[in-house]
Amino acid sequence: MLKQTPLNARHREAHAKLVDFSGWEMPIHYGSQIEEHHVVRREAGMFDVSHMLPVDLKGEGARAFLRRLVANDVDKLQHTGRALYTCMLHEGGGVVDDLIVYFMTESWFRLVVNAGCVDKDLAWMEEQRRRYAPELEIKPRRDLAMIAVQGPKAAERLWQALPGSRSLTERMKPFYAVLVGEMFVARTGYTGEDGFEIMLPAKAAPFFWQALLEAGVKPCGLGARDTLRLEAGMNLYGQDMDEATTPLESGLAWTVDLTGERDFIGKDALLRLPRERQLVGLVLLDRGVLRAHQKVFTPAGEGEITSGSFSPTLDASIAFARVPVGVAVGDEVEVEIRDKRLRARVVKYPFVRNGKVLV
Amino acid sequence: MSIPADLKYTQSHEWVRLEADGTVSVGITHHAQELLGDMVFVENPTVGRRLAAGQECAVVESVKAASDVYAPVAGEVVAVNEAVESAPERINQDAYAAWMFRLRPDNAADLNGLMDAAGYQAQVESEAH
Repeated sequence: MLKQTPLNARHREAHAKLVDFSGWEMPIHYGSQIEEHHVVRREAGMFDVSHMLPVDLKGEGARAFLRRLVANDVDKLQHTGRALYTCMLHEGGGVVDDLIVYFMTESWFRLVVNAGCVDKDLAWMEEQRRRYAPELEIKPRRDLAMIAVQGPKAAERLWQALPGSRSLTERMKPFYAVLVGEMFVARTGYTGEDGFEIMLPAKAAPFFWQALLEAGVKPCGLGARDTLRLEAGMNLYGQDMDEATTPLESGLAWTVDLTGERDFIGKDALLRLPRERQLVGLVLLDRGVLRAHQKVFTPAGEGEITSGSFSPTLDASIAFARVPVGVAVGDEVEVEIRDKRLRARVVKYPFVRNGKVLV
Repeated sequence: MSIPADLKYTQSHEWVRLEADGTVSVGITHHAQELLGDMVFVENPTVGRRLAAGQECAVVESVKAASDVYAPVAGEVVAVNEAVESAPERINQDAYAAWMFRLRPDNAADLNGLMDAAGYQAQVESEAH
């Protein structure tokens, strides 16, 4: 039996194609994935991401605990509402999950974790809590729904749907969050466009979804979310990194803070392990579609595609590939697709940001 | 969308139309394109290639996934639809107009072994349960 979000009935009314996504019945598209992709790049779309889990960390010393738990340094969070993208590692340096940490008060940080990792994340965090900070409380917030409103017109349409949010969010920069009544409104997302991720009580979610719909925000499925995040150069847990790979070989070195004396779980391993692989972007030069697990041949050795698809914005196929260090931007490599070798160019991602092609 | 009565169908979701010159046009069904979603790539067999019945001979890829297309009957490829190769979304727009390739069947009687519209309808319904 698949789990359903508070918006399931709305998706059915809209004739969404529903699929099993990490045990949740989620909309993959509402008709055309490519149209939904373009709506987010050009106007505003919304995604039901209620399968993701907000987890509140409560109590004195929450900051010190997080400085140990995650690879980025939460001391970068000094202003109320500030958010940080980071990975949570195990001792061997592999990635348990990637998450966003929001700083609200010294005794309240909110973490948002991936749906497919919820059970192991909670078990891992609980184990570390008992070991390092038994006085803290970890509260999973399954009582909350989560809606992402994304696109160049996201702000305008959010204010239309929720006029009271305007004064509080108008001057809010990316990677900040604010409480608007019962709603937790964050200027974050997974598309490379401006927009908000809004956490709100499950019961209120269908009404808020309807208000956004009336303000002209188009429902978009997780299919478009995947091509949007790929174009935006954003990693997907389980594909681009997992427990067998470190953030350093997954294009996530920028999320790891190795400076200073701070000790975090996995730090020793990251300092010790040789760095032999890197994540690069690929644009296919021949006709075809790059997909995860296709082999990549380079002068420096073999690699593998971790995420690949058709890019609606570029009208070409793009991918992330894990390849040996030594492969450089501008190199031409070969990708094996159904026994044929096709040519691809190595590029620096993101491929697209704020509607503009960058490669 | 109703399943055209004048076509033949395979279990692997190809449709087959017998043309006046004795060749057959092959495409994928409306139901198949609905399962796959937005089409972005079509690879056809080369003209002149000889195919056995049921042989993998073409590929359609949507944003979501790649899917093989099989020869409905044995024969030789006599034409491919370049318009569909350069605009795969034509399959989404009208699957039964967007033929992919044409075959000259080795044996015209082989078409009798394919499903009619009612048979294909029954298969689609049974797959839905």
